[in-house]
Amino acid sequence: MTKMIGKSVKRVEDKRFITGKGQYTDDIILPNMTYAQFVRSPYAHAKVLGVDTSEALAHPGVVAVYTGADFAEINGVPCGWQVDFKNGDTMKEPKHPLIVVDKARHAGDAVAIVIAESREAARDAADLVDVDYEELEAVVDPKKAAEEGAPLVHDDVPNNICFDWELGNPKEEVDAAIAAASHVTTLEFANQRVAPNAIEPRSYIGDYDSTNDKYTLYTSTQNPHLIRLLMCAFVLGIPEHKVRIVSKDVGGGFGSKIFHYTEEALVTYISKQLGRPVKWTAERSEAFLTDAHGRDHVSKAEMGFDAEGKITGLRIKTYASMGGYLSTFAPAVPTYLHGTLLQGVYTTPKIHIDVVATFTHTSAVDAYRGAGRPEATYLLERLMDTAALEMEMDPAELRFKNFIPAFNGIDEPGYATNVALQYDSGNYAPVLERALEMTGYKDFRKEQAEARANGKLLGIGFSTYIEACGIAPSAVVGALGARAGLFEVSQVRVHPTGKVSVFTGAHSHGQGHETTFAQVVADKFGIPMEDVDIVHGDSDTVAFGMGTYGSRSLAVGGSALVKSIEKIIDKGTKIAAHKLEAAEEDLEFAEGKWTVKGTDKSIGFADISLTAYVPHDYPAGLEPGLDFSSFYDPANFTYPFGAHIAIVEVDKDTGKVSLKRFIAVDDVGNVINPMIVDGQIHGGVVQGIGQALLEHAFYDEDGQLVTGSYMDYAMPRADDVPMIETDRTTTPCPHNPLGVKGAGEAGAIGSTPAVVNAVMDALAPYGIKNLSMPLTSESVWRAMKG
Amino acid sequence: MIPAAFDYHKATSVAEAVGLLKEHGMDAKILAGGHSLIPAMKLRLNQPELLIDISGIADLKGIKDEGRKLVIGAACTHGAIASSAEVNKDAPILAITAKTIGDIQIRNKGTIGGSIAHADPAADWPAALIAADATIEVLGGGGSRTIAATDFFTGIYDTALEEDEVIIAIHVPKVSSTFTSAYAKFFQPASRFAIVGCAVVMEMKDNYCVSARVAFTGVSDMAFFDEKVSSALAGKSLNDETIAAAAAQAAQGVDTLGDHFASEEYREHLAKVYAERAIREAIA
Ligand SMILES: Cc1cc2nc3c(=O)[nH]c(=O)nc-3n(C[C@H](O)[C@H](O)[C@H](O)COP(=O)(O)OP(=O)(O)OC[C@H]3O[C@@H](n4cnc5c(N)ncnc54)[C@H](O)[C@@H]3O)c2cc1C
Repeated sequence: MTKMIGKSVKRVEDKRFITGKGQYTDDIILPNMTYAQFVRSPYAHAKVLGVDTSEALAHPGVVAVYTGADFAEINGVPCGWQVDFKNGDTMKEPKHPLIVVDKARHAGDAVAIVIAESREAARDAADLVDVDYEELEAVVDPKKAAEEGAPLVHDDVPNNICFDWELGNPKEEVDAAIAAASHVTTLEFANQRVAPNAIEPRSYIGDYDSTNDKYTLYTSTQNPHLIRLLMCAFVLGIPEHKVRIVSKDVGGGFGSKIFHYTEEALVTYISKQLGRPVKWTAERSEAFLTDAHGRDHVSKAEMGFDAEGKITGLRIKTYASMGGYLSTFAPAVPTYLHGTLLQGVYTTPKIHIDVVATFTHTSAVDAYRGAGRPEATYLLERLMDTAALEMEMDPAELRFKNFIPAFNGIDEPGYATNVALQYDSGNYAPVLERALEMTGYKDFRKEQAEARANGKLLGIGFSTYIEACGIAPSAVVGALGARAGLFEVSQVRVHPTGKVSVFTGAHSHGQGHETTFAQVVADKFGIPMEDVDIVHGDSDTVAFGMGTYGSRSLAVGGSALVKSIEKIIDKGTKIAAHKLEAAEEDLEFAEGKWTVKGTDKSIGFADISLTAYVPHDYPAGLEPGLDFSSFYDPANFTYPFGAHIAIVEVDKDTGKVSLKRFIAVDDVGNVINPMIVDGQIHGGVVQGIGQALLEHAFYDEDGQLVTGSYMDYAMPRADDVPMIETDRTTTPCPHNPLGVKGAGEAGAIGSTPAVVNAVMDALAPYGIKNLSMPLTSESVWRAMKG
Repeated sequence: MIPAAFDYHKATSVAEAVGLLKEHGMDAKILAGGHSLIPAMKLRLNQPELLIDISGIADLKGIKDEGRKLVIGAACTHGAIASSAEVNKDAPILAITAKTIGDIQIRNKGTIGGSIAHADPAADWPAALIAADATIEVLGGGGSRTIAATDFFTGIYDTALEEDEVIIAIHVPKVSSTFTSAYAKFFQPASRFAIVGCAVVMEMKDNYCVSARVAFTGVSDMAFFDEKVSSALAGKSLNDETIAAAAAQAAQGVDTLGDHFASEEYREHLAKVYAERAIREAIA
């Protein structure tokens, strides 16, 4: 049997996606189903003085209209991560109501919900709901929100401050290190807000079955069991065993479908009220206004260096927007997923970060591909290239000088950072060496000099990132404020004929688990991949799970899978020993059969499977069946890393940036399916390029989302991006059985600063050092104009 | 994205379409490719009660050679025009421009008549038609008339078309091989419409510019013929200096648009840059 692990097997799930046979939530049509349409606030901040639903109720086909008052007794959706103020006070956690009662806190905040026999009737009737608003002043900038006198998002949250937080070495030590530095590089910039743009808009169906008193929620979520837990225990107060969550095919998430949204609870609750299924699918404009956005930081970053260019200290102050309400993991993003990454791949001896999280009159901000790590990497990598420029050093050299030396995490415990983490294994120089080699760096600098002499603006930018995946050891995240464990669950069921069904708590919404996980199972059991089915996204069939985000599926879910596989093989060995009349120690399992060592006596996987279910001739005392579950709680995060290099040309006359080349050398540990990993890197890199050059969820001062459609929200297109040149090094993760680290977010984390650095390098002849993203043609042109 | 309810009628002749338009007035809308109208209806910016679909009327779809001019049916798609041998030969500015509109799907559905009737200030066709000195043939309750492209566009989403008039065809003078054309477009990065589009049609004798028509779209409320740049080119030998001098006059005296992607100042600058690029490309 050929090895499956390490092979670029074509994705088995793609057949149904490519032929349009995927089962997305909006594809599901239930008998007697009703349709929901929201009435949403056109204002960012407005008192709701009255809602008149009479005309809407009278509209043909309307079944019901609800307003905030109808849910006033119901809890809001909860926040799953608690961060305390520096002084120990708990973060401010104002209610996130299912429908607003008193006032709207962002454009798109729901004011009423119309339920009708058809989508059309619901949509028409929504226009007939008459809401009396009193518009109030809004604040949209996370830093300005904390200023004295800023309009308040929640009346009981002074200065809009949700929490303040710090991490790292004592502040005085860092201040002293920076004061004593021979060079200090300082940058102030925003990491702009971006919209997640999953191709499938959020879609939910609530379906209450009164005969069994059972609810089914079909939802486009990344983590079905977590939604069930949050919705049952914290919002609706319904028993968990009475709720089934189904999320079969989901069309992308990028983080935005991790969170428990108000609309999920509403369709579930209303379906019981009406005794009919209720479906809601977001319109694209609604998605722009109500999906949790990403980033939205305003930071000041200072890095001190000694005369040789060794980093001596790093000091960061960040204002992070939470948006109008706290989304599920929002507080974790600018703190434990951001501050903890500021060691980067460098030996920086003193680090301190100070974060102020504020409410603003905008859509909630939460995890978006990379979640905090891209923001941290952006700070570090922009500082590095800027420092190199200021100190007249080569940016690659500056990095080599500061890299943490290689460690494999086996011979030593790993690398303890100044910001609370212990890196598992790392070897940072080779990725940059390889990327430089692929770039032809020396030749490039010559080419650049010639181009400059000819009046062309060519630039190169670097980024050597590290990130933390495989979230996470439950005890560690618990200590850091997570209100959930972050283990993963697997069940491997071997059927009597030796065919295998795997039930995983990980959730695929584009990542290709049905292929990658099947490759692992096929290899471990020595059976064909076609004999393995991967099942996810149904809480009635999958025992439990924490879902997919933070590049955790293979590192945590795959590890849980291997545990169950090992249990099967152990039990199979007992059965085989009985059948072969040999001692267990004398057997070896390989290539799908148990063999008595040194003989040709063997028994195959399918025979053992059958025996387990037809246990006529069977080991005494052994239970029949071949079906095991496992929970796996990781020992540590995993730490992929890599080097990204961008080459750009800037049009002198217009400021337009063209990306000429992009080189990505990533180390994601062992690789199961290289094609899928490349795909993840490509997608991530393009998302990162999008943030650098194009994307911006831009709110004007009144809190209107100016870029609320694809006419104005610029997504990267194929012709904005060159062929991405990728390669890998492999530094296995020492603490999980597959040695894998995770590849889902690396591309988005490494690429953004590389592109911006390249533009700054191109603009160096103008003395331009710092521009805010996205680097639009006009902003570059203005900077050149001076 | 659900439009308000509407009735739909598939017209089989121009006369029928005009009749229905007259009968229903403001409540009816012509539907051609649907690539501007349907999105507007889905956003409920537009809520017509009746759509009169003209996409099946054969008379509106041909490209005819009438000797000194090409007559392009209003319902010709951008794609059909881009790939038409006649257009590429006799009115190349139209083919060049068509290729920059949207993507293949858009070009296969969207029509030239729909685009100019819609009169988006960032649409590409208007600049090309003005530079080509085209005229627009319309038919309405009051009969048939022609309108010069230069007079057709009157404001944002506004044209000289009467409420009950349907665009029948675009008449484009054929140009000989002594003419040269180019369309230079600075794309809005999200929509890929024109922030600035500059169409140039020049008659050349070696380096000497006999006549020139330069038109802009995207710069202001409506596409316009740039008199200054055109006359700065005509009667000149084109070289770096004369080209730069002509381009420097671009878009003077117009009310420039400013938006999230390009301020007024930047658009004015881009108009000059794109005038120069279009002129250089035309003679390259
Ligand atoms: C994603 C996307 C990208 C696009 N990119 C570009 C671009 O880069 N550049 C560009 O210029 N355009 C672009 N467009 C617009 C596209 O070219 C449209 O097709 C065009 O603007 C309208 O043509 P239509 O045939 O689709 O008209 P419709 O949408 O059917 O109609 C538009 C309007 O014209 C009226 N109308 C249509 N035909 C006639 C007629 N014969 N007589 C009188 N009135 C008529 C209709 O009543 C309606 O008011 C884009 C559109 C989309 C959806």
